[in-house]
Amino acid sequence: MKITAGIDVGSTYTKAILIDENHQILGRSLRPTGFKLDKVSQNTYQESLTTAGLQPSDVDYVIATGIGRHQVAFKDVHVTDLTGSARGAAFLFPKTRTVLDIGGQTMKASRLDDTAKVKSFRLNDKCAAGTGAFLEKTARYMGFSTDEIGPLLTTSKEPVPISGVCAVFAESEVINHLSLGTPPSDIMQGAIESLVDRAVQLMKRAKAEPQYTLVGGIMRFDTMAQSVRDHLKSEVNVPDPEMVQFVAALGAAILGQRRLRLLAESKNARAVDVA
Amino acid sequence: MAYAAGVDVGSTQTKAVIINEDREIVGRALIDTGANVVHAAEQAFDLAVQDSGLRDTEIEYVIGTGYGRYRVTFGNAQITEISCHGRGAAQMFPGTRTVVDMGGQDTKAIRISPTGEILDFCMNDKCAAGTGRFLGAAARALDIPLQDLGPTALKFNKPVRISTTCTVFAESEVLSWLGKGKKIEDILWGVHQSIASRSTSLLRRVGVEEQVTFTGGVTKNTGMIRALEEKLETKLNVSDDSHYMGALGAALFGLDRILASRNPRDSVEVSR
Repeated sequence: MKITAGIDVGSTYTKAILIDENHQILGRSLRPTGFKLDKVSQNTYQESLTTAGLQPSDVDYVIATGIGRHQVAFKDVHVTDLTGSARGAAFLFPKTRTVLDIGGQTMKASRLDDTAKVKSFRLNDKCAAGTGAFLEKTARYMGFSTDEIGPLLTTSKEPVPISGVCAVFAESEVINHLSLGTPPSDIMQGAIESLVDRAVQLMKRAKAEPQYTLVGGIMRFDTMAQSVRDHLKSEVNVPDPEMVQFVAALGAAILGQRRLRLLAESKNARAVDVA
Repeated sequence: MAYAAGVDVGSTQTKAVIINEDREIVGRALIDTGANVVHAAEQAFDLAVQDSGLRDTEIEYVIGTGYGRYRVTFGNAQITEISCHGRGAAQMFPGTRTVVDMGGQDTKAIRISPTGEILDFCMNDKCAAGTGRFLGAAARALDIPLQDLGPTALKFNKPVRISTTCTVFAESEVLSWLGKGKKIEDILWGVHQSIASRSTSLLRRVGVEEQVTFTGGVTKNTGMIRALEEKLETKLNVSDDSHYMGALGAALFGLDRILASRNPRDSVEVSR
């Protein structure tokens, strides 16, 4: 049984996943990326091997993806995070035609063809307003940690508008709302709405078509997906909470399996030729 | 003697200035704005009064300016900070034709006439890139006090080019350069250059005409002065009181009104 690994070195978290030929998940791990990308990718990979009870020698192929993919010393090849997410999303939801991926520092909308290849994409790459950093900052201005965002959102009753043009400017808005006595949960939900506004604009620019699949760490928050549904007036696919951050890594690992199959086929073909 | 006060409630700091009839600053105060804007305005005013050795009843006119000007509840009037920076700069450096005001959350380019009237202005209104916050983010990432930023940056050898636009991402870019073994001073000079070039493009939009006067909190940063001077290829007017320029302008407008009320016939000329 061939085993492949996908390592996704994101701007905020690094994810590693191990799968077999049947695309069964054998092990995985997630760690904050920090600034030593080579080290964190090694450690995350090692941890995923431990959870699977495997040795590095058991793994046949490693594909790296994400913003730090070039720093993964032990990779066989690397693919872009767009390709990784596309492949992972199409595996989980085969009818996916549009992927919205919101990470700590990026927002990406990509359109796929029916073979899970990326046809076109749009990025929000110069500004934190459309990324996880926006939510993190908003939470921090109110004295909440990232982990507290989820529970906070469940209690929101009447979200207040947050303009969402700049993650830095949001601070004064948040302070204003707090001074008017607005509950933090409603401010947080307001930030989600403004983020989704930007996301939907980005999807429209990418000429999004159903089915829509949402991936990335932010999708852990149920209200995020609900808000996208409301904005698009359409159903959306969201992977399980424990899978949603691993989609690009999973896609990379799946591409690894595909690669091994193709390599084996061409070797067999050559063997036949020779015979 | 008549006294007027200007209270400039900025996004990050609140400044108050008291001037006498000779347009001299007799009292000043500077505090963090914080969350309670009304309180910050009151406190800055009280501290400036204390600093002047006057009693608050001697201050005849108070003008609020800055983004929190409407929270200066005890003020007689409000005037935008654009007008006030123009007026203050024209008073302190009479040759001023262009003002660059760099504050905690915004950067403004203002072109003024020889009499200090606003001809044109431009500001970053949608994005905090190129503002004092960018420096604040770098200072936090590198864990050095704000006041050391300029002097440290000026020790640079091989400047690092900062590529991010967004202030939020700048923090991680700074850390990643640090991780790659770059020197703090080289990274910091890159940060200063990046802000200077963004502000310069803002200034070009209103047209840069000499002399250029630098105002706002970032004037305290010697590195920023040099970076801007290099990009603009001109000397900047800066004084120890440049930080108070908006408050000074507001106080000057206040004094105008006091004097106008004494000579009603002149009031047309100074009714701005």
